[in-house]
Amino acid sequence: MAKHHIETTVNGDAVEFLCETEETLLDVLRDTLNLTGSKEGCASGDCGACSVTLDGRLVCSCLVLGCEVGGRRIETIEGLAKGEKLHPLQQKFLEHAALQCGVCTPGFLVASKALLERSANPTEHEIRFWLAGNLCRCTGYDKIVSAVQDAAATLRKG
Amino acid sequence: MRYEAPESVEGAVALLTAATGETRVLAGGTDLLVQMRADIVDPDLIVDIKKIAETRAVTEEKGGWRIGAAVTGAELKEHPRLKQVWPGVIEAANLIGSTQVQGRATLGGNLCNGSPAADSVPALIAAGAVATLAGPQGRRDLPVEDVMLGPRKLALRKGEIVVSFLLPPRPPRSSDAYLRFIPRTEMDIAVVGAGVSVTLDSGGTITAARVSLGAVAARVLLVQEAAQAIIGTRLDAPAQQRLEAAARAACRPIDDKRGTVEFRTDVAAVLTRRAALIALDRARTS
Repeated sequence: MAKHHIETTVNGDAVEFLCETEETLLDVLRDTLNLTGSKEGCASGDCGACSVTLDGRLVCSCLVLGCEVGGRRIETIEGLAKGEKLHPLQQKFLEHAALQCGVCTPGFLVASKALLERSANPTEHEIRFWLAGNLCRCTGYDKIVSAVQDAAATLRKG
Repeated sequence: MRYEAPESVEGAVALLTAATGETRVLAGGTDLLVQMRADIVDPDLIVDIKKIAETRAVTEEKGGWRIGAAVTGAELKEHPRLKQVWPGVIEAANLIGSTQVQGRATLGGNLCNGSPAADSVPALIAAGAVATLAGPQGRRDLPVEDVMLGPRKLALRKGEIVVSFLLPPRPPRSSDAYLRFIPRTEMDIAVVGAGVSVTLDSGGTITAARVSLGAVAARVLLVQEAAQAIIGTRLDAPAQQRLEAAARAACRPIDDKRGTVEFRTDVAAVLTRRAALIALDRARTS
């Protein structure tokens, strides 16, 4: 059957694309819209490397069909920095060495941003539970937690 | 693969009834998309029910609460009232997967995925929740414990969908709780899940109770003997022992990498007692 014609918003830009029913939002972002920041780790919703927000709600883009997102508001890792200016979370991840290989990092950043939009001063417990769906094989997580706390402090100062 | 997102229950039922090949209902997709990816299912038609307003609403009805089948775990958690009235149902729904999964996963999907280890199902059964189904012959209500017949087997007829769940009116001094055991602290499938709901009289004696166990049989169980063991008591030590014995007797678990028969049976007894104590404590202060 014919492909679906979808019009939606990605990082504030109106976009349109064609997709097959079985293509996920992650497939569309990476292969059609060339937004390759979101990564495919497990393709089963366990690792969080493909995290994006859909109308402000954190989701795994590997568990959303491309044909579901018409008229929605999608935010990806590519929308985090403003031009050359890094988001405080990105800056603090660098300062705290909260990444090594970097494959999980876009997902952690998108998920952490969603957390800080809901909770300006999260506890370590809150951060660890919120990020339980983001897996990292390199850092051991402590540096990520520190970076999120430091970024939260920066954002609170405004 | 055809995808349809009708805006009415009748539209969804008509699509599913008329379909000749394999069909799947899409709510949150956190199970369906994984199964499609793993080539476990290859539907000819996917009917997305999220554009049907009824499946996405949480409303008060006759003193109870009606929850749409496609309301997400994250939305349930953020609801201003549900957590006070049905803390066990909300904590169970919020144990399903990660923050990301919570943004999509639904009560309807958790039930219709047909897993005996589904976290929200024991809590819904303990709550006395009734599922409202719609099909080509119209609507019918089915207690949640009667919806799932076995692993991946549902009592739904061709063309039928779960539209919503009705949680009954809550008398004073009532509450519920859900506990599960998993090998890690987050993001795993229940080895055992226990849901308990109680109502107390003004003296603190249990006047009504429902107990449900997940992951210890081919379907989620309503354990009436366990409820009978604590009704008329204040959940003192002998009542707790009878409760544990009844929970243990109901278990018919499998042996697998997550837990042996003996382990699951022991844990079922412990979790049932602990969930009952939490529900009792909540009911006293509700």
